[in-house]
Order: sequence, then structure tokens, then C-alpha cells
Amino acid sequence: METTQPTPLCLVSPSTTPSGGDSGDAPSGSSNPCKLCTPLGACIAFKGVAGCVPLLHGSQGCSTYIRRYCISHYREPIDIASSNFSEDSAVFGGRRNLHLSIDNITRQYRPALVGIATTCLSETMGENVPMMLAEYRAEERSLPEEGEAPELVHVSTPSFKGTHVDGFHATVRSLVNTFAGKTEAHPAGVVAPVALFPGMVSPADLRHLRTVFGLWGVPVSILPDYSETLDGPSWADYERLPAGGTTLDEIRGMAWAPGAVEFGCVLAGESKTAGAILAERFAVRHHRLGLPIGLRETDRFFGVVEAISGREVPELFERERGRLVDSYVDGHKYLAGRRAVVYGESDLVAALAIFLAETGVTPVLCASGERNGRLEPAILAAAPELAGKIQVLEGSDFTDISEGIASLAPDLLIGSSKGHKLARELGIPLVRCGFPIHDRIGAQRIQHLCYAGSQQLYDRIANALLERKQDGSEVGYSYL
Amino acid sequence: MNSDLNLLPSRSTSITEVGAGGGAVVCGKVSLAGSVSQRACVFCGSRVVLYPIADALHVVHGPIGCAAYTWDIRGARSSGPQLFRNSFSTDLQELDVVYGGEAKLERTLNKLIDRHHPKAAFIYSTCIVGLIGDDVGAVCKRVSAAKGIPVLQVQSEGFKGTKKDGYKAACEAVFRLIGTGDTASIGPHSINLLGDFNIAGETWLVREYFERIGVEVVATITGDGRVDDIRRCHGAKLNLVQCAGSMTHLAKRLQDDHGIPFKKVSFFGIEDMAAALYGAAEFFADAVLMERAREIVSGEVARIMPQLRAWRTELEGRKAAIYVGGAFKAFSLVRALRTLGMRTALVGTQTGDKDDYEMLREMCDPGTIIVDDSNPIELAKFCLEQEVDLFIGGVKERPIAYKLGIGFCDHNHERKEALAGFEGMLNFAREVHASVTSPVWNYVPRRARPKSRETTREGNAA
Repeated sequence: METTQPTPLCLVSPSTTPSGGDSGDAPSGSSNPCKLCTPLGACIAFKGVAGCVPLLHGSQGCSTYIRRYCISHYREPIDIASSNFSEDSAVFGGRRNLHLSIDNITRQYRPALVGIATTCLSETMGENVPMMLAEYRAEERSLPEEGEAPELVHVSTPSFKGTHVDGFHATVRSLVNTFAGKTEAHPAGVVAPVALFPGMVSPADLRHLRTVFGLWGVPVSILPDYSETLDGPSWADYERLPAGGTTLDEIRGMAWAPGAVEFGCVLAGESKTAGAILAERFAVRHHRLGLPIGLRETDRFFGVVEAISGREVPELFERERGRLVDSYVDGHKYLAGRRAVVYGESDLVAALAIFLAETGVTPVLCASGERNGRLEPAILAAAPELAGKIQVLEGSDFTDISEGIASLAPDLLIGSSKGHKLARELGIPLVRCGFPIHDRIGAQRIQHLCYAGSQQLYDRIANALLERKQDGSEVGYSYL
Repeated sequence: MNSDLNLLPSRSTSITEVGAGGGAVVCGKVSLAGSVSQRACVFCGSRVVLYPIADALHVVHGPIGCAAYTWDIRGARSSGPQLFRNSFSTDLQELDVVYGGEAKLERTLNKLIDRHHPKAAFIYSTCIVGLIGDDVGAVCKRVSAAKGIPVLQVQSEGFKGTKKDGYKAACEAVFRLIGTGDTASIGPHSINLLGDFNIAGETWLVREYFERIGVEVVATITGDGRVDDIRRCHGAKLNLVQCAGSMTHLAKRLQDDHGIPFKKVSFFGIEDMAAALYGAAEFFADAVLMERAREIVSGEVARIMPQLRAWRTELEGRKAAIYVGGAFKAFSLVRALRTLGMRTALVGTQTGDKDDYEMLREMCDPGTIIVDDSNPIELAKFCLEQEVDLFIGGVKERPIAYKLGIGFCDHNHERKEALAGFEGMLNFAREVHASVTSPVWNYVPRRARPKSRETTREGNAA
């Protein structure tokens, strides 16, 4: 297939100014970001721990903005506390506020865990949160009426460093580093659960992963697991701590896991991840895989589970795989030669690109707001057939993505709802997936993973193309 | 049922029940650490007020979060430029924090101004800008001189006060524009609309009423706002302040420096919308204006009342909870709900003051809970205890209502429905009716009858 070299084009207003974002020598800010701030990722990860209340150490606005942003996607109550800095705390330090916050969270929520993430304010001030937490524990501030004191865990999430994805992974890492192994050795003769670190996937993906392991008969501990906390049923009473989430005991027991599986082929370039910590400290075999989207990556994942558990892939999944192959065939002519622009979290972008390559769609532009130099190598390592056919942008915002996009003649966009404006300007469909989706119902129920999730994505992509063809037709056939 | 929901003892003085005696509601304080307040920060206050100025460049100076979370989330509409709907940030990185962000701010501004040719630029300081010692004022001056447009610093560091301080910082930034435009053509019956943000075109609706009675609207601040209109708004003879909490400061500045009197008004609900039109007509002491105002009010009321009455028969006696940013909106909502036959059983605000809460105490029926700077646990507890059928609030309150099987009406800035003016009252009633009378409540656990399949199972067992 031929690829067209992009020529500069700005959709906002004509200009001769070179590309925005941080791509030039002298970085100059962001126009319509394709990333969120680090503490947001921390909050989502903390929501996946049973009985955890996230606490942001900084200004009130950080927790409120992040709550609102996440509520609009998950459509669930998402309580995030703030240590609520004032001018005084900025001058004299936030120790008192942090201690008071933990007291008040304990009184109101009786949590099992308070997950404390810093913000740009407390990080710039150089707040020593670990010391403050040690002091808090040492003071043994008794709140007898509230029962046992919650566990405290801290993660450093300065928003001027990295993106929400880094905040998410740093939190998982911190949870594992704090709790893993703090338990008695796993009883002999009982199979310990596989430790699974899925990354920032949807609640429906997490439920599906649980189903996969359940039907396979392989015990698993998934961290984080917000499958219920961020997509729960209707309530009879207000649940201060929504049911669900990875228990602290599960995290403690990860030290004895027969294997750790960590999704994310871009994350795989990081040396200090949750899985790496388990490998280093507890000699747990560490398997680094891409997000299992499409045949190749799901095959790889299922192969790893087979190897860890010594159990063959259940027939049920072989049939799901067969149906996915069957649908690739059924739809291949609708997808052949189509050109997609994929954007969002780099691990999702990579997985989608690898998957699209299997179907005959070329991911002509793969863009992420993250910047680590690993996106393109990760894609090409798993899908070498894309070499020379794709353009990869890191550290990009939507202005960078929109520049030159028309000359790529894309047929569809795949990513969060933040690409809607661009899709509208180009008159092409947007297949919504990832985070955030603020303009549709059911963001928390979109499936991406394994054969079943890939099947749903495949059908949506094929149907988006069919719908466009049908809507654009003068004839208007109802039989395609 | 709700004994499980603990309230924080130190919050008790900010909660009161109408008719139960007790002192004034304690309010206007910094939120309690760890309370999970529904409030935001100083930056939010500034951003929310200035956002709708459509032909200005809005640049958030700081790391990415503050700009990302405020990108095109609101329903504020523009009849022309859409520049305000973008998200521009200096996206400060670690090295900028170490060495200062001034150079990056200047590069960002120069690039964006060259690209978008705005009429003015607002530069919002976020938390860390003060800490790292950036002289934002100096950068603004340099860029303003180089590009020939006003470049205005908004001192909105998140931790330096509450959302109210952010409103004030926004008013100060706007005020620096005022007085620089030509007022020669402005007539004697002229007003500015302050504190309407043109959510879903509300400013257009309201503006048309005033124009129909013969009042000239010089500037709408900030709904469908334009820099050039703001520059000359000191030529108007009266300011009508709709969102009193955010814009009274600007109205006072205009009164002090330009001698323009102001009236606090509200465009929500029939009574308040009518009062705003009559108030303006009265101010200009012109019988023709008053006559036209009466015509509009009676015409519009006659047009919408039959439908309102029809919905009212189904809403009569239902109970509502209100939790909004400012108290002036809460007053209007209590009245508007009354028009629909509904009683307010819980009312609270993020930023109300002592007088506001006294006013609410007078307006509301005995038994109504009044609360300042509340949180999800308190709101849930009171909604359940008061057995409300409807919650009026914003996106953060919506899941509290929905999870508990309570209807909801979004009255915050993200909404895409016009709720102001007479037409807005009709939309408001339609939305309230649609939510409160939806069949879905038959199936939520809090209100559902026993599941039919359980009955069957029991039947089988017997």
C-alpha cells in the first residue's frame, strides 16, 4: 500500500506556524491535550482496591476536577478526598492538613486503605509525605469509635512529570511494593493466584478477564480491579465504599504468585513496574505482554496462562477465537485498505494498531500524549508488517494530530471522545474506546480485551465503515 | 436505615433544619480537609467566569491537568468565534518547575496569538506558578506590547482562597478591559447582562426579551462574550447581575469607577424572570418600557402555563433536593419548584453567605435541611431521610441521585439545555417531569416492589 506524506494543515485556522505540542526544539505548551494529569491515573487505580478512599495531597480543585472528569466517564459516584491546601499550608507545609484529612476520611468512610497521591503543589513544595505518614502512624491518633485504623499508602504523582498513565502504573507499583509479601507464606498444596496487572482497561474488560480465569479454573488476583467499584449496580443505600476491588490480602499474597502477567508493550520498557518488583523481591516469574487485543496478542496471553497454570486453553475460548477469525473473513473486504487514525494511551494505541494490522486496516497515524520513545518500536515489534506504513506521534496533542491528517485520507478515527471534533471536521466516523468517553452511555462497558473484546471492537469498526458507506450512498441499499 | 452514614462532628454547624431553631449556618470557610467537598478551587472560579468570552485566548499556565479538565466541557455557546472551546496550556514540565516557566509561557503565548489572532488573552495562574516565582505580569506586559492586544493575568492559584476568590480574580481581569472602548453610540435605555453564561443559548433568550421591551444590551458578560463589547460596557446605564455570587464584584467596580448602578436579578423561573424585566423597566422610569414588559410577561406566561399546569398535576407534592454553586440560583429554584407544586426538602450551596442562608430559611418550609459546602455522604443521607424524588445539581451530584434511585436535573454549566427565561422554565419543567415520572424508578432497589422472580420461586417452593 502507498502512504502519503502529510503536508502541514491546521484545522483550527490557517497558519504557517510549525507544529504545536512539544515536538520542536523549544517546547511551547499544549493545544487540546491528548493526555491527563498524573494524579488522575492514581485515583482510578486506587478505586480498584477494596475499601480504598483516594486522597489527593494538594488543592481542593484537583480532587473535584478529577471526580467530575471520571464521573462523566464511569457514571458512578467517585469520592476522592483532598487535603485542601490553603495559603498557610503552602507556606508552612501540609502536614496538619494531611493528618486531619486521614482522620476525617476515617470518620466518614471507615476505609481499609487511604491511598495518598501528591499533586503538583505538594510536589513543588517538596512535601515529605512518607515522613508525615510515619508520624501519623506513630502518633497512634486513636479514633476508637471508628474501629481499626486504615492502612496508608503513598504514591508520588507530580503532574508536571508524565501523564495519567504514569500515575496509574506508579500507584499499582506502590501498592505492590508496600503490601506484597506482608503475609504468611502461601499454604502448601493450594494453588496461589496468578498476579495480573491489566493496566488502564475498562470495568467490562476486568470482568471479562475474571470470567476468562474463572472458566479456565485458574485463580487470579487482578490489580487494580475496579470492575465493580466503577460499574456497579443500583443501590438501596449509599455505599460509602462501593463493593468490589482487589483486597489488601490479595496484594499481600501476590508475593507467592506462580507468575505475574503485566499488560502493556510500551510499559514493558519500564524497569520498575509492579511485575518487576514481584520478580525482583519474590522471584515471581514476570511475563510482559501487550494488551491482548486481536488474535496475535490474545494468543500470546492465553499461551502464557497455559504455561503458568499447566492447563490447556478451554474449548470455549478456542471457539471464541474461531469466531473472531471467521468475522475477519466475513468483513475483510469492507476493511481492506482502510486507513485509521488511532490516539490515546500509548499501550492501547499500540494494541489497537497491532490488531488493526491483522484485519487489513492500516493505522496510518498512531498518536499518544505520552512521550517515552517506545510506542513505534512496540508496534513494529509485534506487527512488523506495518513498517514504513505508519506515522507515530508521541507527546502529541490534538493540534498535532489534526495537522496533516487530511492528507492521510483517513477513513475513521479510533480513540476517546476527545477526537469527536476532528472526526466531525473530517466527516469520518469515530469508534469510541479507551478513556475518556464523555458523550455516550456505556463507556465503562466497552470491551477491548481477549477474543471476545476484540470481536466487539471488530464489529463496531466494520459497522462504522458500513454505516458510512450506506449513509453516503445515493441509492441507500438496506442490503449490503 | 442510614445510621451507617456518619457525619463529621465539625460539620454540624454548617447544617440546619428550618423551624428547628439554632444559630446561623456557619459558612464562607475553607473546606474541611478530608471532607470530600463538592467545591473546586480558585482557578475553577476564574475559569468558569471567563470561559465564555469567545474571541479571547484562554491559556492555563501550569501542568496539564487544569487545562485538560476544563476543555470544552461546558454548554456556553457563542454566536461567532469558537476559540474559547479549545484548551491551551503551557503544560509545564519538571525542568520548567526547576528553572521557571516564564520563557515557555512567552513562547506559548506568541505562538498561539500568531496562530489564532485573538482579541485579548487571559493567562490563568495555577497552583505552582506562585511557588516557582514566575513573573506572569511581566510576561503579559511584554507579549501585550509585542502583539498589540490586551494580555491579562488572572491570579487564580488554586490554593489561594476559595472558588469565590477565583470569581473576584476573574472580575478584576475583566475590569482591566473595561473603559477602553468607544461608548458614543450607546443609548439612554442601555444595560449590561452580568453573570449569565449563555448555557445552551440562555443569554440569547434573555437578551431578546430586553430588546423587545426597548432596552439596548451593550455587553453580555460573559455569555457569548466579546472583548470589544466588554471594552465599551461602561457606557451602559444599568448592570443586571444574574449570578450574584460571581459577578457582584465586577458590578461594584463598575459602580465605583463608572457610576453605573446595578440590580441583582435572576432569569430562572417565571417570577424571577418577570421581576428582572419589570425591574429594568422601572429603573428607566419609562411607561412604554413597562407596558411592553407586561405584554411580554403576560404573553409568555399564557403561552407556557397550560403545559406547566398539566405537568404540575403529576408533580404536586413531590420533594426535591437542591445543591448548587451559588445561593441566588438556589432561591430561584425553590420558587420554580413551587410553581410546579414541588417542595424543597434539602437545599445547599458551595458558596452561600450568612444572609443567603437566612433568606433560604425564610423561603423554605419547616423541616427543610439547609447545608453549606456539603459532601456526598451528607447529601446522600439527607436525600434518603427526606425521601426526595428529585435532585437538582451538577455532574458531581448526579451519580449520588441516580445510585439512590432519585430523579435528576442538571442545573450546572455542563448542561446543554436552556433553563433560563420563560422558554427555559418550560424546558426545566419538562426535564423535571420526565425524570421524576420515569418508569425506571419502579425497578431500582430503593423503591422497587419485591422482584417478581422471587415471588415465583416462593410459589414453586410452596
